[in-house]
Formats: sequence, C-alpha cells, structure tokens
Amino acid sequence: MMRLPPFRYHAPDTAGEVAHVLANEGPEAMIVAGGTDLYPNMKRRHQMPSTLVSLRRVTDLAGIEWGSDGGVRIGAGQTLRALERDPGVEGALPALWTAVHQISTPVLRNMGTIGGNICLDTRCNYYNQNYEWRRAINFCMKCEGDVCWVAPSSPRCWAVNSSDTVPVLIALGARVTLVSDRGVRELPIAELFVDDGIEYLAKQKDEVLTSIEIPAQGEARSVYRKVRRRGAFDFPVAAVAVRLAFDGDRVESADIVLNAVGSTPVVCTDAAERLVGEVVTEDLAAEVAQVAWKPAKPLDNTDLTHMWRKKMVRVNVKRALLELAPGT
Amino acid sequence: MTAPKDESNGAPTPEREGLEQQLQEGLRLIGKSPRKVDGMAKCTGETMFADDLSLPRMLICKIHRSHVAHARIKSIDTSAAEAMPGVVAVLTGESMPNSFGILPVSQDEHALCIDKVRFVGDPVAAVAAVDEDVAFEAMNAIRVEYEPLDPVFSPAKAIDNDVEPIHDYGDDGNVHKRVSMQFGDVDQALADADEVAEDVFYYEGNTHLPMEQHATLAVREADGRLTVWSSTQTPHYLHRAMSKVLEMPPSRVRIVACPNGGGFGGKSDPFNHEIVVAKLAMLTGRPVKVTLTREEVFYCHRGRHAVLMRARTGFKKDGSITGMHFESLLDGGAYGSYGVASTYYTGALQTVTYQVPTYRFDGVRSFTNKPPGGPKRGHGTPQPRFAVEVQLDKMAERLGLDPAEMRLKTLQPPYSNTANWLAIGSMGLGPCIEKVVEGSGWKDKHRKLPRGKGIGIACSSYICGAGLPIYWNAMPHSGVTVQLDRGGGVAAFCGATDIGQGSDTVLATCVAEILGVDLEDVRIVVADTAITPVDLGSYSSRVTLMMGNAAIQAAERAREVVAKAVSKHMGIPAVRLRFADNRIFDVQDPEQGITFAEGVALGEARFGTIAAAGSYSPPRTPGKYRGAGVGPSPAYSYSAAVVEVDVDEETGEIEVEKIWIGHDIGQSINEMLVIGQVEGGVYMGLGEALMEEMAYRPNRFGVHKIPSMLEYKSPTTKEMPPVVTYLVEDPDPNGPFGAKEVGQGPLLPVMPAIANAVYDAVGVRVDEVPLSPEKVLKAIESKDKRYGPKRFPDLRITETMRVKTEAEGGDGTAPRPPRKPKSEKKEVASS
Repeated sequence: MMRLPPFRYHAPDTAGEVAHVLANEGPEAMIVAGGTDLYPNMKRRHQMPSTLVSLRRVTDLAGIEWGSDGGVRIGAGQTLRALERDPGVEGALPALWTAVHQISTPVLRNMGTIGGNICLDTRCNYYNQNYEWRRAINFCMKCEGDVCWVAPSSPRCWAVNSSDTVPVLIALGARVTLVSDRGVRELPIAELFVDDGIEYLAKQKDEVLTSIEIPAQGEARSVYRKVRRRGAFDFPVAAVAVRLAFDGDRVESADIVLNAVGSTPVVCTDAAERLVGEVVTEDLAAEVAQVAWKPAKPLDNTDLTHMWRKKMVRVNVKRALLELAPGT
Repeated sequence: MTAPKDESNGAPTPEREGLEQQLQEGLRLIGKSPRKVDGMAKCTGETMFADDLSLPRMLICKIHRSHVAHARIKSIDTSAAEAMPGVVAVLTGESMPNSFGILPVSQDEHALCIDKVRFVGDPVAAVAAVDEDVAFEAMNAIRVEYEPLDPVFSPAKAIDNDVEPIHDYGDDGNVHKRVSMQFGDVDQALADADEVAEDVFYYEGNTHLPMEQHATLAVREADGRLTVWSSTQTPHYLHRAMSKVLEMPPSRVRIVACPNGGGFGGKSDPFNHEIVVAKLAMLTGRPVKVTLTREEVFYCHRGRHAVLMRARTGFKKDGSITGMHFESLLDGGAYGSYGVASTYYTGALQTVTYQVPTYRFDGVRSFTNKPPGGPKRGHGTPQPRFAVEVQLDKMAERLGLDPAEMRLKTLQPPYSNTANWLAIGSMGLGPCIEKVVEGSGWKDKHRKLPRGKGIGIACSSYICGAGLPIYWNAMPHSGVTVQLDRGGGVAAFCGATDIGQGSDTVLATCVAEILGVDLEDVRIVVADTAITPVDLGSYSSRVTLMMGNAAIQAAERAREVVAKAVSKHMGIPAVRLRFADNRIFDVQDPEQGITFAEGVALGEARFGTIAAAGSYSPPRTPGKYRGAGVGPSPAYSYSAAVVEVDVDEETGEIEVEKIWIGHDIGQSINEMLVIGQVEGGVYMGLGEALMEEMAYRPNRFGVHKIPSMLEYKSPTTKEMPPVVTYLVEDPDPNGPFGAKEVGQGPLLPVMPAIANAVYDAVGVRVDEVPLSPEKVLKAIESKDKRYGPKRFPDLRITETMRVKTEAEGGDGTAPRPPRKPKSEKKEVASS
C-alpha cells in the first residue's frame, strides 16, 4: 500500500492555538481537518509537511449558527455530513445542500469538512498520481517539475479548482474569516481564490479558515449543477451555481458561477447582467448560457474531454436558469 | 430423517409427500440456493486473502519499475538501496535469467527485466526490507540508466515493419501473431447474398479492476523447499513457471492460491511479483510479502485487448447469413500473455450463435509499449460480439425485420457442427430471446418509444471450458479426490481456486449431492499444488463443468465402496440403496437404513480407508486444423439481453434504465450463485459499455492516463439499473448434472444491446466501446449520425488456410500447406 511520509502532529484546542503553532512552525507546517484531501496527497508525495496541525479538536470551528435574519455562520470544521444532515441547510440553502450531498461518498463526507472543501487542493491528472508515475513524466510544475503538461508552453500551472461548495458559496455571497497570529480578517469568499493552479488561495500559510458566513437569502432561489461521470465518488469536471432573486416574474439580481473549468472559480458577470430585469424564457436562458460559456477554459487534465466539458457549461447554465425560473 | 408410518391408507401425509417428492426429484441440493460455503467467512472478514497473511520476521518487497516506455537498460545502480538500514536484499533480473509466460509459444517475460524495458511499469529491480517505509525509500533509491528506444503505442503503426521491434520473436516486426483461416467459400457467399454489410468497429481496452490488489507471500521452509501463497487464479500454471524460473523441481515448490478478492482473468498469468518474492524468500531465508499498489495492478493488466475490427457479412432477405469475413487487429501491449489465444478468440465464436455457413477470419496481434493485454471475462469474445450484434441490428433495419425475430430465425441448431468445426451441444438461445422479449415488452417498445428513450437487443454464446489445456498434455483437466471419515465427514480435494465465483460451493455441492450429506459435512481443501489434484485454473469458464464432473466421479466411486458394504450388511442389492439426508436407505422401504457415518464405518471395516479420485477430460473436438484448439468446448452457454435506455440529446449521457437478461445455464448447481454471476456480468458489461477504458498518453512518454480507482471510471451502485434474470435450464449431456457456465457469458450481450438501444433512442450509431457521452454527442452532431472508426488497415495476409466445412464434405482437417523453406525468423526463446 502507499504509506504516509513521517510528520509531527499537533492537535490544539482553539483556533488561536492553531494560528500560534502555524506562526511558530513556519511554512513547513500544514493544516489538516478531515484529511480526505491531504492524506492521499501526502501518500503520493505531493505535500510532505514536517508538521501537521489538526483541527479535529478545535471546538470553536464547529457549529452552524442561524441568525435571526436568516443568515448563517458555519464553522469551517463542520463535517460535510453534518451539513448534509442539517434540515436548515437543506431547507434554506438547497444549492449548498446539493453541492455538499454530491461530494465524493458518504464515508468521505463523514470525515471531510466544509473548510477543507473550500481549500481543496487543485487537481490535475498529471498531478494526482503516485510519485513513481510522476517520475515517468519528469514531474510537473505543481510539484517537483518545471513543465505544465496540460499546456507545456505555458508559464503557469493549470490544475483545476474542483470544489463543489465554492461556486455555490460565491453565488450566495458568502464571506470567510481567516485567523492568524497577526490578527483576524474577513473577506468575500470570491476573493479567496487566485487564478493559478499552484497558488490558488489568497489565504496565507499561517492563516486558518475559521468560518463561513452566508447572508440571508430571502426569496432568492439557487441551484447547483454538477457534471461528472458517475453518481458518486467523482469530482466535478464542470460545475454551475446560479442564484436568482426575483421581482415578480422578472430577475432582480443574478449570480452565475462556474467551477472545475479552470484553476479558479469563474464569476460570469456579463452573463448575469443580461438577466437583470428580464423574464427567464427558454430563448433568454440559451442566450445567457452562450455568454456564460465563453470564459470557461477547460483543458485536458480531468476526466472526459475538455471540449465536451465546455459544451456542458452551456447546457447546464441554461438548465439551471430554467430550473429557477418562476412557475417551475 | 425418518419417514412416518403410513397410517392413512395411501393418503399422503405432509411428511410422506415431502419424502416422495424428494425421491422423485432425486436432487436435494442441485438447483437450490443453500448459502455459499465461504459466505459467512467473507461477511465476517474471517477469509484470509493473501495480503492478510503475516509471518514472523516477514520482509516487505517493493518493485522498482521502469519509468520509460521503451529502452535498453544500460546499468542498474542498487548501491544506495543496499546501503540503507533495514534493507535485507536487492534483486535484479540477472539472477533470474529464465524466461516465462503463460503460453508455451510466448515465453517472453522475465521476473525482472534484463536487457530491455517495454512499457512504463515494467519491473526492473526489487528490494526486500524490514518494513514498507524502508522498502519504499530503497525502491526509489535505485538508479537505472537507459538508452531510449522509439516507443510505439498504436497497433496500426506497430505492424508497419519500419518501427523499432519490441521483441525479437513473433511473426514479423511487431506482429506478434498473424492468423488467417477460411471455412467454405466466403467470396461466393457474399456474392450470393441479397445484402452485404460492411462495418468497422473499435472496442477500447479495459481492465479487470478486482477489489483485491495482487499479493503474494513466499517462505523458504527449513528443509529448503518453497511455499508461496498468492492471489492467483491459476496455481498450477504458476507452479510450472515458478519451477522453471527458480530452477527448482516442482516437487519442492508449493503454490497455494488464496481466495481471490476478484479475478476476472487478471490473476491468471504467472506474474513477475510472485516469482520475485519467491526468489527473495529463497535468498534471505525470511518470509517475503508483496502487495501491489493499485497503480501496479494497472501495470499487471492482461485485460481486455483494444481491438479494431471489420465485419463483412452477407444476408438473404429473410435475415439469414450467407457468410462472414471478420478481421481483427489487437493491441497486444508489451508481452505475449494469452495473446495468441486472445487473437484466435476474436474470431472463434462468431459461428456459435447464428448459422454462419461460410466464414473467414483474419487476425493480427501487435506488440505496443503498453501493459500487456490478456484474458478478461469473455476473453477475446466481447469485441467481435459487439461488432456482430450491432451489425445485425443495422441489417435488420435495412431488411425491414424485427431484430429479435431475425435472430430467432437464424439460430445455430443444437447438436450440430459449425462452419469452423465447433461441436455445439444443447442450445437454449431461442428460449432466452423469447423470455427477454416478452419480459421487456419488446414488441410494444421497439421503434415505438418517445424520442430519447430506446430499447435494444443482443445475444451471445460462450465456452464452458477450453477444450485444450494451455500446454499440450494428455492428462485430465481437473481432478478431485474424496476421502470419507468414519465419523461421517467428507473431505474433497481439488486444485480449483475460488475467485468469488463460487467454485468452493460447487465442489461441496456436487460431492454432498452424490453422497447424500449436508454441505456442512463436506470440508473442502482447494488450490494447493502440494495437496490437491491438478485443476487447470479458474479461467475459460471451465471450473463448474470440469471440476464438477471430476467431483461427481470421485464421489460416486467413494459411494460405491460404502454401498457395497452397506448392501452386504442390509442384505439388499446396492442398486436399491439411496444416499440422502445423511442416511443410506432402501428406496423400496425408506425406513430401512442406517446413518451415513455408520455406512462409512462399515465400508472402512471391510475395505480399509475410503478415498477415491475422479477426473475429467473434455471430449475430442471435430476440428483438426491448425488453430482448432481455440473455440472448442464441452458445451456452450447462451445469453440474450434487452436493455432500455434514456439518452440525453444535449449531453450525450446514457442512463441505462433496466436490463432483462436470459441465460441458458443448462442446470443451475446453485441458483442464487448463478443469478449473482449473471448480475455481476451485467454490471461489468455496463462499465465496458459506458465508461471503462485503458487510456494512455502517447505524447507524454506513454504513461497510463488514469491508473487509479478514482479516475479509471467503473460504475457505482448508482449506475446499476434493475436487472431481471431469466434462467433457461436445458441440461447439457456434458455438464455435471447438465450444468453449463455462467461466469463470463452474460457479460457479452450487454455492450451491443446498449449500443442498439441508443440507436433506437436517438437514431445514432456509436460503433465503438465505450459509448461515452462525448462520442454519443458527436454522433448526434455529425452528418452521418455515426461515431466510430472509418478505416481498417491492411493486415498483410499472404496465406489463408482453407478448411472444408461439413456441408462441403470436409472432415475437420486442413490440407497440409506446402513445406516452407526454413525461415529466418527467430523462434521464441524457450529457455
């Protein structure tokens, strides 16, 4: 079997202590929550942190707190299973519930956390391979090598942001809180991501993601559509989150967010703007989908062909809009 | 059980009725569904798979594999690995110079590569260390210097003579095997046809994906003998290879096949890792274990060959076939494996389902720098079956015939010889078709469902054991010994390996049925080359038929001994004795009898220890031409499947909604196991049809694209539709109690039935497996509403063997070809 490399293990009780350990250990330390992403990566020698700081015992990262206005604060250490089982999430945030429900398998959702899914390492089938396999391609830019094998002439890495929850949280207008020894900062979740397969997070190495706040959704409706080969296990190869608020029949505000078609989630501002003030019809949905489709730049580094994945963005944006249109 | 006295003047009491019925029916266990004998142990986790074994002082082995696709080895530096604390031994290929391979004609593998590496993953060196962490570090500390050679990944390119040869044997260049044979006059038959179909199909390679990775534990015993426990389907063939490579007499080598956590053909070659740990154990004197990573299992492969095919078939207006010319080009990968047999199998069984009065087959297997193809469930048959069944579906439409009706009218008759001299026995395909047609409501659905919904049909047949062994010999294919204990216990010994298919249960059931004891009274000892009689292995769907017949013979011989003694004791002729419910009694007066244990004691007192052997050899085949060894079987199973699908026209995604499958089993030994095998075959077929593929990156050093269980896509329970299974029981005279195979056949019709259903749903032909959503969508968007290969390369056939069919007055032989001058081509190294 594949074995973990050796590492030191800290299991503090508070977020403050986590931040403190991270500050002391420096960039060689990494945070581990459920371990469903990091441990397999460590077995493949993608990351070999000398120190792991576990969030398992940190109580202030747990909890789902609903505000009186309908907003919610979710602890980053909340397991995906707990979110999936929360009737409030299923009732008030169906798109988020769908996204969580479709992550991997129940067994992994028992361990994996929402914070972990947000910070999920970018994926690529030149990267997510054994050490021995990667030796056969002389490694790649993301780990130990020089070349991005998906686009060998490219100066950057094109590993794919494959989180299910991220596009939904962006569409819902979520904010995240980051804690470090240097202090606390809060930012819109969209600003957490960087368009680069290697440095894909704006989070600093000494910062720990502690919570996610989702504003009250009122009458707005949202949906998440995931494209993948099978009904379980698989990461998305294209993902679409749409949130529409209506004024009567007409769209008051719209958010369309794509994921798994590049190194960072794609906020489709142009496409969303077309919807404002309009009634969602089949034609309009198709027209908007055609606009949303353009910024999707999938490459040949996931399951299924990238041309097909690009087409699926268009199909799924259209279907998402029609699903949310009043009367459906 | 004691029958109650008949006090009702002949009116049946419930007890009496039960006994009468039992006596009438005769069979107590056969065809019922008692619990699998290994079922509880599997469910509770008590089953010891090879990787569960652990011994004191055991070392862990890791294998350093080639990270280049094709190269000469210039040097191997193991010094850094050897110097690591905890490393006990490092091994390279020079210490095992003898080659091996499953087929005598393809002894082209070495336990560790000596001169060349031939694909990314080829084993080069091995380490044995005190634990897995040390072994891993040591494996990666080995440095190999290579002189690169041009790799070739495409079979069409490989068979050009101007590419770097991968081996120094074969028919020419990278053509491992070229075959051409003709039965009857196919050109004339095509000329006489009303319609001739010509189609090119492609079937992508895929792999077995057993849940259990291969694992082997080897021990040098105190007296210098070797014992190896391994997850292998073929302990006997491993025994031979091990003895050859290690240069040890077979009498001092013991191979024990552990229960396999799935095999599907992927554990039926002797493997390098098995020999490597044995060598390491002999060298170090310590137990050595290797458990492959999932990635390494992909490199073992020996799975479904990718095959490009062309079928030219002549039809009469009524749908009957006049003749068929079938061509196949196999992507063999880097080694021979079963490849010669696989090549013949892509041409052997086309004639077994429908009448094909004239038939020609041309096949070529190429070497390429990829993990070797070999036998996977259905060995060489799913590819041509896909082609034939899709082509029939197209022709039915062209002729305006219902595809189910058309098939029913052209069935190969039972107890007949095919054009290529295969002897068909019982043949239950007709009832299979009728059942799935009726059950699925075919007549109300075909061409009548709303757009996007479709229904398709396909059929198939498969061998129940290969008629010939892997290496030529005149000995039985399966042997069973039965030993009776005076306490009433029965021990049954057989070399067969349970790979999950239920062979342990079949062995116990056949013996228990004959001796009239319960399954729990039979202790089975299997798959141990030092203790059990040879059974050739769990491949070619041979075990139930061959082991079953051997078990019946052994049990009957043991019963005879007991019956003689009991006959004398009871003073009645032995023919009146019946063995059932742990009793031996007078059929004419069932109350008169003794217990089975008492009977054994009488027998033992009179004749001494009771042990009997049984064995089985398949009947001779009528085909006597070169190549006639592939295809013959004591019996053929048949299957028919109807599949209903929903196709999303915007995405190309296929949802298989329901499958109806009929299987001609001859006679179930254990009905539940039969249904389990049918469903398992359907599940595997679903994966092949929809998603599974051995994908490589030729432009990235030839690496396997997705050697993991996450990215090599295989269906989950979410993709598995409801399956309705119909068993057709028409006992075959060659089967034990009439039984035929079920392990492989039911997979075969699934892929073409799905392709045909997709056509019914959205009017496009995907002449390629898998039918991934991209391909379906491309077909929908294309002008000719088809996705698939368009051209078939020239196989450079120069000579075709011509065999007269039975209708032509042939006798199964081919005229002797004129003597060729001694060719310069190198023969297989037979070291």
